[in-house]
Amino acid sequence: MKCVVGIDLGSTTTKAVILDDQGKIIGRGITNSRSNYDVACDVARTEAYIDARFGLLGQRLGHLDSDGHLLARLTKAFRLQQYLQQLNNLNQRMAYWARGDRYADCRTELEDFLAHFSQEAEAYGERLFLGDEKPKSDFFRDLAGFCYNTEAARFCEENEMSFDVLLGIYDKSILEVENTPLDKGFGRQIRTAYTRLADEVTGSIFAMVDAIADEDLEEVNAVGTGYGRQRLPFDKAQIRSEILCHGLGAHAMYPNTATVLDIGGQDTKAIQVDPSGLVTSFQMNDRCAAGCGRYLGYIAEEMNLSLPELGPLAQSAAKAVKINSTCTVFAGAELRDRLSDGQKREEILLGLHRAIMYRAMSLLARSGGISNEFTFTGGVAKNAAAVEVLRELVTENYGEGIVLNINPDSIYTGALGAALFAHRDVCAGHLLEAV
Amino acid sequence: MKVKDQSMTLQKDMIAEHFTRLSKAEEQGKKVVYTFVPGNLTELILAFDMLPVLPEINALQSGMRKKSGRFITEAEKQGHSEDVCTYVKCDIGMLKSGNIGPTGEQLPKPDLLLLSYTGCFVFLKWFELLQQEYNCPVVMLHIPYQADGAPSPNMRNYIAKQLREKVVPALEKVSGKALDGAKLSEALAKSARAEEDFVWVLESAKTKPSPIDAYFGGVYYIGPIFTFFRGTDQAIGYYSALREEIEDRLAQGLGPMTPEGPMAEERFRLVVEGPPNWTHFREFWKMFYDEGTVVVASSYTKVGGIYDLGFRHDPEEPLETLADYCLGCYTNLNLPSRVDLLEKYINDYDADGFVINSVKSCNSFSAGQLLILRELEQRTGRSGGFIESDLVDPRYFSASNLKNRLESYFQMLEQKRGGVHK
Repeated sequence: MKCVVGIDLGSTTTKAVILDDQGKIIGRGITNSRSNYDVACDVARTEAYIDARFGLLGQRLGHLDSDGHLLARLTKAFRLQQYLQQLNNLNQRMAYWARGDRYADCRTELEDFLAHFSQEAEAYGERLFLGDEKPKSDFFRDLAGFCYNTEAARFCEENEMSFDVLLGIYDKSILEVENTPLDKGFGRQIRTAYTRLADEVTGSIFAMVDAIADEDLEEVNAVGTGYGRQRLPFDKAQIRSEILCHGLGAHAMYPNTATVLDIGGQDTKAIQVDPSGLVTSFQMNDRCAAGCGRYLGYIAEEMNLSLPELGPLAQSAAKAVKINSTCTVFAGAELRDRLSDGQKREEILLGLHRAIMYRAMSLLARSGGISNEFTFTGGVAKNAAAVEVLRELVTENYGEGIVLNINPDSIYTGALGAALFAHRDVCAGHLLEAV
Repeated sequence: MKVKDQSMTLQKDMIAEHFTRLSKAEEQGKKVVYTFVPGNLTELILAFDMLPVLPEINALQSGMRKKSGRFITEAEKQGHSEDVCTYVKCDIGMLKSGNIGPTGEQLPKPDLLLLSYTGCFVFLKWFELLQQEYNCPVVMLHIPYQADGAPSPNMRNYIAKQLREKVVPALEKVSGKALDGAKLSEALAKSARAEEDFVWVLESAKTKPSPIDAYFGGVYYIGPIFTFFRGTDQAIGYYSALREEIEDRLAQGLGPMTPEGPMAEERFRLVVEGPPNWTHFREFWKMFYDEGTVVVASSYTKVGGIYDLGFRHDPEEPLETLADYCLGCYTNLNLPSRVDLLEKYINDYDADGFVINSVKSCNSFSAGQLLILRELEQRTGRSGGFIESDLVDPRYFSASNLKNRLESYFQMLEQKRGGVHK
């Protein structure tokens, strides 16, 4: 099957979307952006191809798996396999660093801990992927980090060992693991994965999975976008601005889109598009990333919460504390100040969400206002409290008639736009080779 | 690689020569008048054999030579806030650092501060500060703002009266000379000759491909006529040489000269509103020419006088013509007139769109620019881009952000055009 890929290299996450030759989405992949952009791009792309193969498998399984249970189990077994592969890599790297002279005094304890962590992390992975435990993140770095921190804190307390020593080894090693491309051998990994499900999977399914693993997905074009797009290993003609990609992506998701708001990690974009998805005007935050996604990330860290926990907590507030500053650096001080005043965490949090959205409203006004329909994209669109505040402000400023679209896959809007450009280029005969 | 047109070298030499002249003013007994670019009365100053100093030019030249950041820090140490115009802070910082000009030569103290007020409120405060520093006389020429969109005979008379009754006597007192009317008229006639060639050069951008860049190249072209040379033979010589150079480019069908050689392909024709950033001027320019973008008209090249609407200095009515000149500077136009002018440029020069560079320092320019953006988009149907930087404060030039916005804007134009990558 011929396909095209769009990659959105953002400041926080890197996303990839694959389209088939009809321009239909067949796969999506996401990873955390990291110091090595090439690897981030490669990982997101690999993930999107994996997703595409599982999508194809779902189609082939058809009535054999009408409730999707089998596909979900196979996917989870595959994810566990990936997790274990990365865990193995992490263990090797940590063992290597632990052999260094600087740890001579505590080597025995260190090796004991690493062996213990290896066992715990493997068991944690099995609970996450084949058991009932809910993952706190989609990314290996966060999952392994959570387990490592928990175990390291306990170990240090019991053995009077320095936490910093353990943390230092993990930090160095996880960077190396992250900068290693993912194993692209889908067939090999899925075959290892389904042996775990030997009791659930029959021989004919094995054959079907093998066929999918061998299916040729030929990438005929790729377009890159996002904050780090200049660093993508693509030819200049295969690079598009994220403004255009978000405009086109939002239009593809909701064809009546006239205004797009995208709040990403470090920029906010207000975009106006015409009925064919062409951008007619845009505004972006300048000089300062106050009020962008990173702000929420920072607040989450300050409150010792994960990002997905922020929105629901803010939504539980009865009222919002008024906060004017959207400066990420000041946010911590603002937060502590309000807490020391006796304000409730959830009310402060709701106030912070409002502050972000006021800023977004100002940018929207600068770009020409909000016209019907209005599509909200980017990582912050996943935050229910942010959406609620936005909805309220839109009604307050532009009346009741504005339709607000938020797609569950809105984080992929830029990558979808890029993939659509790649598809258009192919249709127009402007086939470009990935470098 | 840095490539320069012959005219650019000539212009640079002329400016350098003037700074050398200024450095020798005291030993040669020359009197010095500090004044501003918009509404500058160069012919009148030269008629008294006095030398003009333009603080904005010092600031922008310091910016281009990477000296402004240090001067601004110095001014902030003196108590000037972050929000003060960076031209002012650069000037004050330079003064506090020994008043060594951008070329490395000593600048003379003013014998007179000629405050030509043409729409920029900061000018008043700026010369208040300089007066405190130098304890020298100030004469103010108040130019009525074109609030109704057109100058009236009353305004003209009001300015001519101020010139006759305030400015000329002040110049006579400081120089110790009576005004030589014939000398002034002769200078004004020379101005008009240079202005003819200057306008021809600006309008050459109507050709496709344009042989000039009327913003990044334009700031070199306005140099002599906006600064110390209007009304001189040197200006006539410069604009005549420049015109020949452009005629030659036209004949060869060449695009504008950039620091990396002639622009190969003209992909986009733009009109630009707002001053350029000076601290990263070449880097900023490169963001345009790398994308095949040529600026065919700009408002910044009209701050020292709008000549392409027909105004020429008239030697027959010396004071009245100076009044007309001051009234018509771009900084003295109201918002609707600015929109009209930009709209005219977009249409006359067949631009694909326009970019507004909103500078943090300059309220006169920046106030209302979003309104200008919307109005122009509505009237012309062409897209506007909006970017932000500063005049001479290097801290406000964020290269990656600017590049990101400009690239997005150019791709938007390409897409709108229905080009290959639609």
